Amino acid sequence: MANLALVTAMSAVTETSSDAESSTGFFGWLFGSDGFHAPTVDEFYPPALLFEGTLFEFNRIELARVIAAAVLILLVWLVVRNAKLVPGRGQGAFEFMLDFVRTQIVEQVMSKENAKRFLPFLTTLFFAILAFNLTGVIPLINIAGTSLIGLPIIMAIWVYVLYLGVGVKQHGLGGYLKLSLFPAGVPKGIYVLLTPIEFLQVFILRPATLALRLAANMMAGHLLLVLCFAATQYFFFEAAGFMKSMGAVTFAAGFAFTLFEIFVAALQAYVFVMLSSVYINMAIEEEH
Amino acid sequence: MTLLNQLVVAAEETHGESSANPLIPAPYDILWSAVIFVIIVVVFMKVLLPKMQAVLDERAELIEGGLKKAEEAQSEAAAALEEYTAQLTEARAEAARIREDARAEATAIVSDSRTAASGDAQRIVETAHKQIEAERQQAIVSLRTEVGALATELASRIVGESLADDARQQRIIDSFLDDLESQVDSKQKAEG
Repeated sequence: MANLALVTAMSAVTETSSDAESSTGFFGWLFGSDGFHAPTVDEFYPPALLFEGTLFEFNRIELARVIAAAVLILLVWLVVRNAKLVPGRGQGAFEFMLDFVRTQIVEQVMSKENAKRFLPFLTTLFFAILAFNLTGVIPLINIAGTSLIGLPIIMAIWVYVLYLGVGVKQHGLGGYLKLSLFPAGVPKGIYVLLTPIEFLQVFILRPATLALRLAANMMAGHLLLVLCFAATQYFFFEAAGFMKSMGAVTFAAGFAFTLFEIFVAALQAYVFVMLSSVYINMAIEEEH
Repeated sequence: MTLLNQLVVAAEETHGESSANPLIPAPYDILWSAVIFVIIVVVFMKVLLPKMQAVLDERAELIEGGLKKAEEAQSEAAAALEEYTAQLTEARAEAARIREDARAEATAIVSDSRTAASGDAQRIVETAHKQIEAERQQAIVSLRTEVGALATELASRIVGESLADDARQQRIIDSFLDDLESQVDSKQKAEG
């Protein structure tokens, strides 16, 4: 369905982009179109809102992150402020999510004592990622805070430092290096192959894949949504005759992908926290 | 793939060259991300989650306390029941013992009194026998003397001769009485 929309969109671009009618005013801006714009990577480099060109450049995506963080903290604060022994509806939902992170993610991976130690950070991570992901489908924000690689990198580095730190603290520097680079129970000759791979794994690939997986998922989701809605806009207000009805198809696709993105938002939060738990657990356990 | 290439070409035609690589973070991106994420982590880990955890712990404690209290009450009840059962058993045993004692005592009393009564009866019978025997002896003796005197007098009167010789007299009387006795005995036998 999306492919069909794409093909039609492509052909439409070449035919009609030149003779677009020019509209004026708010409705002209809202419903007008100067041809079909396929989304590009520039989507993730919107014009600066503040401090352009400096280290402190603040754009739409940063604003989305600030809003997500503020709303997240506000919501949880509202729940916690009135937290009672017998939970209400909001507190019940929040506790359900806390319980989900604890029983379905962290305690699936590590022992209960270790889970207790790392649960606060991993819970925070889950809620933060979920909030930043969800801004991608929230009207007027429409961009995931995690779709710009900086935030996933910060979170991945945090997890990276955390698991290296607990690994070294648990086994000592040499012990941890030996444990992760020279896994026990392997013939000595294999280390020639295994050690470089393990080194790549532990020190480069794990944090890199954590950050990339999250950012790439959210980027792809955003591009898909923009594509669907841009095509819908184009078909409805610019294309002629039969082509107008294609807008219904692309709109339906946009609707479906919006639901899918909500699912992906939760899924990626789950995956990130699950993998973080696994990495931390690998660092503290003797054998893996 | 050609479709994708077409899309990319079209995009580049419309927007010109894309300047940025989305995998390389811009410095401002890193800065703001770090600031925002650190704020979230600090607020969550220092304020929100501990408060929530306090409530959850309190609830868990309450539930555990309730469970423990219930368990205590149950064990207490079980102990009380056991004690009552023990007491009841003891009381039953004591009652049985008392009953047994009473029965034994009663039996002893009855047998004692039976023995005493039969002893009394025997003694009374013996005393009666002795008395009867004594009276009989007395009667025999007095009869013997009286009957002898009477008979002697009668005989001396009849035969007219004085039987001065006591020994002889006595011998005669005895033989007479013996005869008389044997006669009475045979008569009694014949009658009986």
